[in-house]
Amino acid sequence: MSTTENTTGRGTKDVHIGDDSAIAREAVLPAAGGSDPRPLAAPTTSVNPIQRDHATTIFEKSVAGRRAFVAPDAGVPEVALDEIIPAAFRRKAPARLPQVTEPELVRHYVRLSRRNFDLDTGFYPLGSCTMKYNPRLHERVGALPGHARLHPFQTADHAQGALEVMYGLERQLAEVSGLPHVCLQPSAGSHGELAGVLLARAYHEARGEKRTKVLTPDTAHGTNPATVTMAGLEVVKVATNPDGGVDIDDLRAKADEDVALIMLTNPNTLGIFDPNIEEIASIVHGVGGVLYYDGANLNAIMGISRPGDMGFDIVHFNLHKSFTQPHGGGGPGSGPIAVSDRIAPYVPVPVIRREEVPAADGEGTTHRFDLVSDPDRLPDGAPGSKTIGKLRGFQGNYGVFVRCYSYILSLGGSGLKDASEVAVLNANYLLAKLEELGVRKQLPLAFGTRCMHEFVISGGPMKRELGIRTLDLAKRLLDHGFHPPTVYFPLLVEEALLIEPVETEARETLDAFAEALAEILREAGEDPTIAQNAPYSTPVRRLDEAGAAKKPRIRQPIA
Amino acid sequence: MTRYTTATDADREAMLAAVGVSSISELIAEQIPQSLLLDRPLDIPEGLSEQEVYTELASLAARNTSAEDEVTFLGAGMYDHYVPSIIDMLLGRSEFLTPYTPYQPEVSQGGLQVMFEYQTAISELTALPVSNASVYEGPSAVGAAAYLAKLVNGKKRIVVSAGVHPHTIQMLGTLAVGYGSEVVVVPLKDGATDQEAWAAAVDGETSCAILQQPNFLGAVEDVQALSDAAKDDSPAVVIGAYDPLTLGVLAPPGETGVDVAVGEGQTLGNRLDFGGPSFGFFAAREAFLRRMPGRIAGETVDVDGRRGFVLTLQTREQHIRREKATSNICTSQALNALAGVVYLGWLGREGLPELANLLVQRTHYARTTLAAIDGVELLHEQPVVREFALRLPGVDVEQLVSYVQDHGVNPGLALTRTHAGTYDDGLLVAVTEQRTKEQIDELAALIGDAIAAQRGGATSANARTEISA
Ligand SMILES: Cc1ncc(COP(=O)(O)O)c(C=O)c1O
Repeated sequence: MSTTENTTGRGTKDVHIGDDSAIAREAVLPAAGGSDPRPLAAPTTSVNPIQRDHATTIFEKSVAGRRAFVAPDAGVPEVALDEIIPAAFRRKAPARLPQVTEPELVRHYVRLSRRNFDLDTGFYPLGSCTMKYNPRLHERVGALPGHARLHPFQTADHAQGALEVMYGLERQLAEVSGLPHVCLQPSAGSHGELAGVLLARAYHEARGEKRTKVLTPDTAHGTNPATVTMAGLEVVKVATNPDGGVDIDDLRAKADEDVALIMLTNPNTLGIFDPNIEEIASIVHGVGGVLYYDGANLNAIMGISRPGDMGFDIVHFNLHKSFTQPHGGGGPGSGPIAVSDRIAPYVPVPVIRREEVPAADGEGTTHRFDLVSDPDRLPDGAPGSKTIGKLRGFQGNYGVFVRCYSYILSLGGSGLKDASEVAVLNANYLLAKLEELGVRKQLPLAFGTRCMHEFVISGGPMKRELGIRTLDLAKRLLDHGFHPPTVYFPLLVEEALLIEPVETEARETLDAFAEALAEILREAGEDPTIAQNAPYSTPVRRLDEAGAAKKPRIRQPIA
Repeated sequence: MTRYTTATDADREAMLAAVGVSSISELIAEQIPQSLLLDRPLDIPEGLSEQEVYTELASLAARNTSAEDEVTFLGAGMYDHYVPSIIDMLLGRSEFLTPYTPYQPEVSQGGLQVMFEYQTAISELTALPVSNASVYEGPSAVGAAAYLAKLVNGKKRIVVSAGVHPHTIQMLGTLAVGYGSEVVVVPLKDGATDQEAWAAAVDGETSCAILQQPNFLGAVEDVQALSDAAKDDSPAVVIGAYDPLTLGVLAPPGETGVDVAVGEGQTLGNRLDFGGPSFGFFAAREAFLRRMPGRIAGETVDVDGRRGFVLTLQTREQHIRREKATSNICTSQALNALAGVVYLGWLGREGLPELANLLVQRTHYARTTLAAIDGVELLHEQPVVREFALRLPGVDVEQLVSYVQDHGVNPGLALTRTHAGTYDDGLLVAVTEQRTKEQIDELAALIGDAIAAQRGGATSANARTEISA
């Protein structure tokens, strides 16, 4: 690696890339984007030595004899294991788990945590993922033992608070989606999709129709087509028109009696609200198909427009996106679905019922919640009365429900609308800022002139004019303390950057991000190799992904 | 303005001016047809302050009877194990709590190394060479394994033991519609999978054969015999749904002929949370690596030769392979899997067998003590680890549960709730390390009282039956 000189003219100094000793002397954490006015050296090597740890695993730190766990006394008469479980059924050698003390365990994982970028530290405009602030109140209420230590087989009479949370959340989500019934069970968005496609199948099959095709636009997220295959149906792609919406002619040509459903995201993954949605709905309904709404982008329209009113029959929510469940490094999430009356009988069980019961004091009535799994106990036509069954154990990711219910209580109906409005404003402001700074000459908006809560710019011109790719730009953004936007999709845009700034980010942060993009383009004009070799300031630099896949090493060998 | 949005009125004005519109409504009206704009406020009450929300959620929590409020012997898939304090601390750290899937490995080494360590721990536990970085939870992990089997051999019959969790069996029926498969359930005999019926059910058209260890009734299955029988003359992939903590004492799947081991990870450092979030683990023989669902972290080096980790074998996944992907899973349960690996590190090589032995001993004591009560019998006599099933002939078990609960103890699951018509007089009792000898003795006393109370009232109950008959 060559020595590169700072070319910004701000605080010029030589830095030696890849030399840990030089790095160690500069024990400074990389500044989070927008929050630190220090001029950025380019390339910078400001890395904390802890972050450049040698990635020793907990297994390699194991030392015989060390331990954290101390078992309580059994307190019962000890019986020889042989008398309880025959030796043939027993484990011969213990699993070679680490042998470490509690202090070492804590230090190991805290140090690992410092090798992660996170949303509390910096801007995270990962398109389609709605990286909005995660209120800590939610962690506090989620940890209350009444929620956290409630057993999922607890009888309904002893879980009235939990059932009220779930019932309340169902009602809130129904109102946001404009559809009457909600099932909270699916574990994430793609699990909700699977529920939805199986529901559409069940609906058609109950009417004696065997429909095999699912229309998906080429802007669809990968989970949509993958789900279709798992549900035993066939993907039929629908083209995108020059405005970024569904190509209506192509849709007409493909919509026929074999179509079970269409899966749409609206606004779609280009951040564009399809103005023809009512026509799309009437075409698909016209051939007897069902409309499925991928709710990953619901953060654009809460309280503004509702999928149910657009003509959708089934909607999934990503509670980890629009409703602040922390993303956890890749979950847990939750993917409830809302459905129309005609789909409702098929929803997974158990369903929550709210029943009027006589009040304890004998005066008037009160209500009680129940969880019903047996379809025979449900009135004809009621949700779950012709259930497709179950998608998972128990009733869903309840811990997530507690958080999202709290969020909706905090914001209220008007607050949800305000959140969406500011998300749209922030995205359009960032677009305007990129225009003002001249960034959009080399990173033009892929479709349209405005956007909803996110937008896609194309790195095509940048690649041709400056010789750097979107991936290079993304990696260089890391040196500026920003998490890059989504770069692996949508597939139909050359060198796509899908940017979602979210409502919880301040204008100054958006300005700083726009300036960083402008700076990277300017820098690439002078020396494209800087971006091409970025990042420099991160715990590790570009990694050999091809090598990792060629000869997979997916576990620590243990001596 | 909400307390989480940052834009002040002045910000909004300046930003609207930069965009070149006069209001947010105008910006939206340019894009959404008038007919689709909601012309009324959402019917959701006005927002509340933080302290009001806290008070509301605390009062809802108080209306639940949690494992903090009663002495619980309830299990049947999720268990009241102790969650060490370091897990709360580590999972609460922003760096683990708030990022998403590590698509940018240079700034996600913490999360990726956690996945790598987790995969190692699961491989060690199961004695199977490859593990992914987690799936949603226990039952759906079985569904994912059945899908792998379908991809591997293209066969259409799913054979499942009746000893598998009823939620899992029901879910297999739901998924089988999509997989184009049929589900055949093999009955139990003396509490364990009927080996003859199992051998007969698994044939050349069988895609996978699914067992659970220990099974739903707590019985330890003869896994080696079941996998041998399943592989005799059949392409079937043998899938085992395991309770991971019991692997502290039970023979691991990789050494007893199981091809894919999955299971519910809740017992590894995760809360009960009324059923989730937890995680599902998924481990397999090497040959199935490229058909696995979900994220997998792999070791590599960076341009300077430093050790690092990346998401690997992504060409299996939906974001690359779309309709040809090996699964549709995207967001999984990374934070819960972190709890799992920290918990396994906390228990450690010696601690896991010690804890398992403790469970075996206390459970054995509880089983013997309860079975000695007049009116109580064992539902089966198979060996057990931390859960066992009882029969209480002639007793209304749901009523007994409610009687015992009124005295501050939850005696377990009335099997009418999961197996009505099959085990109507059954009670499933789980004993974790949080249950002491004194609590077990108290449970025994209360069950005795409850039976006596029901017998005492039997005359009037019989009288009612006679009248209605
Ligand atoms: C547009 C879109 N659809 C579906 C999904 C899948 O959701 P999940 O990851 O919750 O399964 C995602 C995101 O991850 C998405 O961005």
